[in-house]
Amino acid sequence: MAEQTVLTKPAIQVENLDLYYGQKQALYDVSMDVEVNTVTALIGPSGCGKSTFLRTLNRMNDLIPGVQIKGTIRLHGESIYDRNIDVEMLRKQVGMVFQAPNPFPKSIYDNIAYGPRIHGIRNKKTLDEIVEKSLRQAALWDEVKDRLRDRATGLSGGQQQRLCIARALAVEPEIVLMDEPTSALDPISTSKIEELLQELKNKYTIVIVTHNMQQAARVSDKTAFFLNGELIEYNDTATLFSNPANKKTEDYITGRFG
Amino acid sequence: MLKTVESTGVSRFKKKRTWRTSWEGIIPKLLLLCALVSILTTVGIVLTLVIETASFFQDVPFIEFITGTDWTALFSESQQEFGILPLISGTLLVTMGAAVVAIPLGLFSAIYLSEYAPDRLRRTLKPILEILAGIPTVVYGFFAFTFVTPVLRTFIPEMGVFNALSASVVVGIMIIPMIASLSEDAMSSVPRGIREAAYAMGSTRLEVSLKVVVPAALSGIIASFVLGISRAIGETMIVTIAAGATPKLTLDPTESIQTMTAYMVQAAMGDISYGGTVYKSIYAVGMTLFVFTLIMNLLAQYISRRFKEEY
Amino acid sequence: MSAEEAMIQQKGQSNVDSTDTEQKGADRVQFRRMLNHVAHGLFLLSTLVGVVVLGVLLYDIIQTGWKWVDADFLNNFASRFPEKSGVKAPLWGSLWLIGVTAPLTFIFGVGTAIYLEEYAKKNWFSRLIQLNISNLAGVPSIVFGILGLTIFARGWGLGQSVLTGALTMTLLILPIVIVAAREAIDSVPSSLRQASYAMGATRWQTIYKVVLPYSMPGILTGTILALSRAIGETAPLIMVGAVTFVYFTPGNIFDAFTVLPIQIYSWTGLPKEEFQEIAAGGIIILLAILLTMNALAIFLRNKYQQRNG
Repeated sequence: MAEQTVLTKPAIQVENLDLYYGQKQALYDVSMDVEVNTVTALIGPSGCGKSTFLRTLNRMNDLIPGVQIKGTIRLHGESIYDRNIDVEMLRKQVGMVFQAPNPFPKSIYDNIAYGPRIHGIRNKKTLDEIVEKSLRQAALWDEVKDRLRDRATGLSGGQQQRLCIARALAVEPEIVLMDEPTSALDPISTSKIEELLQELKNKYTIVIVTHNMQQAARVSDKTAFFLNGELIEYNDTATLFSNPANKKTEDYITGRFG
Repeated sequence: MLKTVESTGVSRFKKKRTWRTSWEGIIPKLLLLCALVSILTTVGIVLTLVIETASFFQDVPFIEFITGTDWTALFSESQQEFGILPLISGTLLVTMGAAVVAIPLGLFSAIYLSEYAPDRLRRTLKPILEILAGIPTVVYGFFAFTFVTPVLRTFIPEMGVFNALSASVVVGIMIIPMIASLSEDAMSSVPRGIREAAYAMGSTRLEVSLKVVVPAALSGIIASFVLGISRAIGETMIVTIAAGATPKLTLDPTESIQTMTAYMVQAAMGDISYGGTVYKSIYAVGMTLFVFTLIMNLLAQYISRRFKEEY
Repeated sequence: MSAEEAMIQQKGQSNVDSTDTEQKGADRVQFRRMLNHVAHGLFLLSTLVGVVVLGVLLYDIIQTGWKWVDADFLNNFASRFPEKSGVKAPLWGSLWLIGVTAPLTFIFGVGTAIYLEEYAKKNWFSRLIQLNISNLAGVPSIVFGILGLTIFARGWGLGQSVLTGALTMTLLILPIVIVAAREAIDSVPSSLRQASYAMGATRWQTIYKVVLPYSMPGILTGTILALSRAIGETAPLIMVGAVTFVYFTPGNIFDAFTVLPIQIYSWTGLPKEEFQEIAAGGIIILLAILLTMNALAIFLRNKYQQRNG
């Protein structure tokens, strides 16, 4: 897929995005570009709209009744809220990892093979290869290679979350969205996943929502600070944390609120 | 930036018509058809009953039907009377008797299970009540006829083999599990905090049950009574087997009577000609029965919605 | 119990100033505690009524009917002579009826549940369907018999066939299956649905590959319990004309048939005392089938709880 298409430089371009839950506005005039092969962190206090924003990028908000969107989001130039967009094809390109690990109550193998199978891959050998490759990418292969037929729900929390990452990678997305992926995990599992992110950004573009500013500083190249549904500041992570341009950003990162 | 947009050229997310996308469109329509089956069932029931009942009223005047005190539909044609009151009184007699048995026992069981029973005992008792609820009504009918009636007749020797009393008692037993489990559901959903507040003021378990939990769950409890009564009205096999086949306008439970449902079975078992007045009378009685139970069911829904406590 | 009583005791003692009222308060506490004990006993006894009745009923039936239950009983047709009577025709009739009813209820019940849970918008139409289903659940079974007689037996010309009976039974137990299936589908965590959608699965793929496998044990349990209701039903089948004296087993869905409950009913009404004993024998067979189905349902429920718990 990637070979046939000329991929433009910003992976995602968001312009003047407003989002409403029924009457209530949740995002105000958000504009930002996400660069290819970077980790972009979205930070801000609870309820600031960062997760809502993340979910607009693969249209997961479509599943909530009453959500309305204004503005445009382009993925490599193609507007993803156009009328005849196939959201399934979109989500195949823009994968997602959720806050709490949510493996299916199936075997480890079937969890990883789920995505490829729904997209039409039936060949046993191809599936085997995809499963191994995805698990290796998620640094889980060595731990589970001898028990691929075991139930995924029997893995530890940290392993489950890496399994969910592997599952998301198995459909070969270009972009991976992560919604506070380590908030339910212990520190050791968390650092494993943070290391993993550094590996993954060579191949994928990653947008991660995090509640934890240290994490944002550790893992991301760029950081966006959200407050009350507005994008307050968006800059290189180093700059944003050392020299914030906006007073509100400074208040937040120095712990004065949030 | 705009320049680069144009350079992409290829649209990767455009909807294409494939086998899969058309399947996605057909599925909800097929499922909707399934859902329509239940609507069509209701329409079918109502239409069937209304059409044949209307035709019945061309043979028998409506006023005669609802005010007549004799039901002799299965007699020879010259002696036929179609006054439904005896069938209604038979139904109500059995229903009231069943309610007298089932309401206190069902409610007390619910209070016991919800407020008093230790966890282990509750886990034993509830499946037993479920089994009781799963016994086929023909088995209850057999039990009423071959066991309960002989036992009752040792106390009331003058009572006949077929009587409303035995049927009432067994119909009552049949609906105990229904009342008990619906009432218990209502009581269990009363929040713990309310109970604890009452205990903290020094209430006994009985006081908490009767003055706090039962009032808080009252809408659900009353609704369970109404549903139980509705079930008793529509019960067929117990009354067919044990209560007799003699339509009689009486409130004496020791007498043999006939309920609406038992008449329908008797007529259907008998050799009646299709399309005749007797045939159509099954529908007229069925319509009456349907109206009775529908009112009870709507009443139960109204009660549980209208008087529901919000926590 | 004891902590609560201690609390009452304390209250009775601490809350009063003069010895006179203290005495009265203590008496009153005594009285309230006694009332509580009496009520406790009354509530327990009421609960036990159901248990005792079930015990007496089972004992009475087994004691009356057990001696008639043997291989001949299963292999003989009904007869004028008690010793030659058997349940072959109604037993096979019941099995045929359940065999045809099961797939019909499963398809329509689960289809409706999926529609309501996964596709229907929350508007007047879906509320109408729900209201309709809860009302249908309260319609007496004999009324479904009238519907079956009019539409299937006469209207569609299916007569007194297995298919007529099965269609009637399907409509009768459909509300139970729908409610059980909806509960099962509703219990699927939304995080699993989201994971599926996030990988680009369509709605139907998500339902078919995630929602249904997860909820299947619950759906099957509900369906089996509903079918065990159907197997014990008598009145609607009498209405559609499932005839009593059948001396053959059905060969296909258009054959006439009878079922165990109808056979039991007709034996109960016969004057010869032996026939009531035979009726009890028939009940034993019926209860054995019900027990098997319930055991299957419990087995599925336990397996399910282990898996997802």
